[in-house]
Amino acid sequence: MTEKPNRSTGKATLVNALGLHARSAAKIAAAAKAARAGVRLKRGESEADATSVIDILTLACPAGETLEFIIEDPEDYDILKNLLDLVNNGFGETQ
Amino acid sequence: MAVKSDIQEIRISGISASPGICIGKACLVDTHGVEVLNTYYILDSDLKKEKNRFKAAVKKAKNDLRDIIKDTPKELRQQSSILESHVVLLEDKLLYDKTLETMEAELINAEWALKRVVTDLKAVFNEMEDEYFRERANDIVQVSERIWNKLIGAAPVDISEIRKRVILVANDLSPADTSQIQLEKVMGFITDRGGKASHTSIIARSLEIPAVQGLNRATSVIKNDDLIVLDGVAGLVIINPTEETLIEFEVRKELYEVQKAQIGRQSHLDATTTDGITFSVMGNIELPEEVVSVLGYGGDGIGLYRTEFQYLSRPDFPTENELYEKYKDVIDVMGDRPVTIRTLDVNGDKAMGNGKAVAEENPALGLRAIRYCLQKPDVFMTQLRAILRAAAHGKVRLLIPMISGMEEITKTKAMLQAAAAELKKEKKVYNSDIEIGIMIEVPSAVMLADSMAPEVDFFSIGTNDLIQYSLAIDRGNREVAHMFNPLHPAIIKMVKHVADVSQKTGTKLYMCGEMAADPANIPLLLGLGIDELSMNSQAIPAVKSMIRLLDTKATRKFTKKVLALNTSDEILDLCQESYGDLLEEHFSVVR
Repeated sequence: MTEKPNRSTGKATLVNALGLHARSAAKIAAAAKAARAGVRLKRGESEADATSVIDILTLACPAGETLEFIIEDPEDYDILKNLLDLVNNGFGETQ
Repeated sequence: MAVKSDIQEIRISGISASPGICIGKACLVDTHGVEVLNTYYILDSDLKKEKNRFKAAVKKAKNDLRDIIKDTPKELRQQSSILESHVVLLEDKLLYDKTLETMEAELINAEWALKRVVTDLKAVFNEMEDEYFRERANDIVQVSERIWNKLIGAAPVDISEIRKRVILVANDLSPADTSQIQLEKVMGFITDRGGKASHTSIIARSLEIPAVQGLNRATSVIKNDDLIVLDGVAGLVIINPTEETLIEFEVRKELYEVQKAQIGRQSHLDATTTDGITFSVMGNIELPEEVVSVLGYGGDGIGLYRTEFQYLSRPDFPTENELYEKYKDVIDVMGDRPVTIRTLDVNGDKAMGNGKAVAEENPALGLRAIRYCLQKPDVFMTQLRAILRAAAHGKVRLLIPMISGMEEITKTKAMLQAAAAELKKEKKVYNSDIEIGIMIEVPSAVMLADSMAPEVDFFSIGTNDLIQYSLAIDRGNREVAHMFNPLHPAIIKMVKHVADVSQKTGTKLYMCGEMAADPANIPLLLGLGIDELSMNSQAIPAVKSMIRLLDTKATRKFTKKVLALNTSDEILDLCQESYGDLLEEHFSVVR
């Protein structure tokens, strides 16, 4: 895959007990939708569109997994940061 | 479809998922019953109109959901958050956009396109290993059904609005559906899909209301407000009963209630046969909390404590202390009654979804239970140590699952000794003077029972898996599920063999599979020589009552006759002949 010049990526690890379940997926999708040029989500070799809850769910990420978010437009950097915070803070879920 | 000009009584049979009899009015909660799919091609010129029809349907579905969410009281936050996630799914690219794209690419109508998209998504989710993620397909299906109903203009009854007491009739009822129902208003459940182990039957049984499932066409035959007789014991649904039928079932219902009360009142008494032999009737549990229910229903102890729950869907393996505390909780409530702790029966890595498990084509025949534990000695050691420590507080028995050969027993005992030695060195409180037993569920264990007997204190027959492995049936496979039969002559002969070995060697013989929970099987089991039965707690009272009606000498004579028969049908006939009247009189069981 050719690296686009404006691409940025960031990694975060799922710390909440249920991993990337429906509610956390919905939070990611909601945050990602605000991006100008889209956000992609990677688990290992598999990729999903981070604005689609269904696509995120097909990654079936359990707790403890490391996710990679990819944005194409540097204007979306804040959103990338939000997403990383969301994951790192366990989506605000009480354990 | 039948024309309902004159009211005719119709009877349909299904699976009896929860016992009891009720008479009442039907309330259909899902008019999208049988799949009558509207599929047609559309003209290029109609594409825009069709797309708009779809968009409008989605908008209406979204508004409906928003209204329900608004009206949902704060205490039911969990319900409303499920519905909120459904709103999100409605707009999801892979559902919404994909349907529109499909309509355009194939020039097909909205219902067809939607059906295609959902079917494809279901296939993707079905491939998933983790049950939680696999089940998310159901949310997608439910959301698509909302859209569907808006497209075809159907007006489903809103489950949360049911005000009078009714018999609910549905194609299927998901946990999301049942959570919205005011359960005090429901007299019984009728569903097209599902069976004894489904969510609906579990709810019906805990509410103690009748349910009949697996009817296939109930939703197309039954109409709203039809008068229904629901016989959960027989698995029978009668629509528009005649006067005679009504009277017959009113009487049966009364009798059933009297029997149930009677059985319940006696549940705390000993289960002693007419010739003075007392049998222990124990409970099967998965969670420590269920212990209370076992005592409530008159259980004499725990015959099977399934320890897997502690390992499900979590980021790491439970610690020794966590396990110890859970086991101790159960033992404390049970006092001096025995508690049989079965070691991990699943594949720990799969249970946790930690990604370490290798995908298996045949998980039932794969790396789980004792095989998994022996391959992962740290995980197994942790559990064994916790069990030994908990054993200091009560009467613990250790039960090893899926034993298929001698080496597994030898290795387990060696590890148990090592665990005890470690605990001794660490000066921890423990008790290694516990009974050790093995599950008899793999056919090879049946054959090796006499070699294994000297190495263990008891056998526990797990009929559910024993039947699957011996008759080579996947119970979850609809095509062959009907072949699953505890009264298969081969199964009875296998149990007999183990019973004979047990008697000869002085090894105790217990049974913890579902076969033990049915009063109709008790004469045979007592006649074969089973010492102790264990079952789901709700079944305990009836089994105890059945034992009190029997004479062990008579059951042995009966069993001898059964062993001479070669087909299940002949065996069922003999059971009916010998105990049919008893079962009908005391338990309303009519064949």
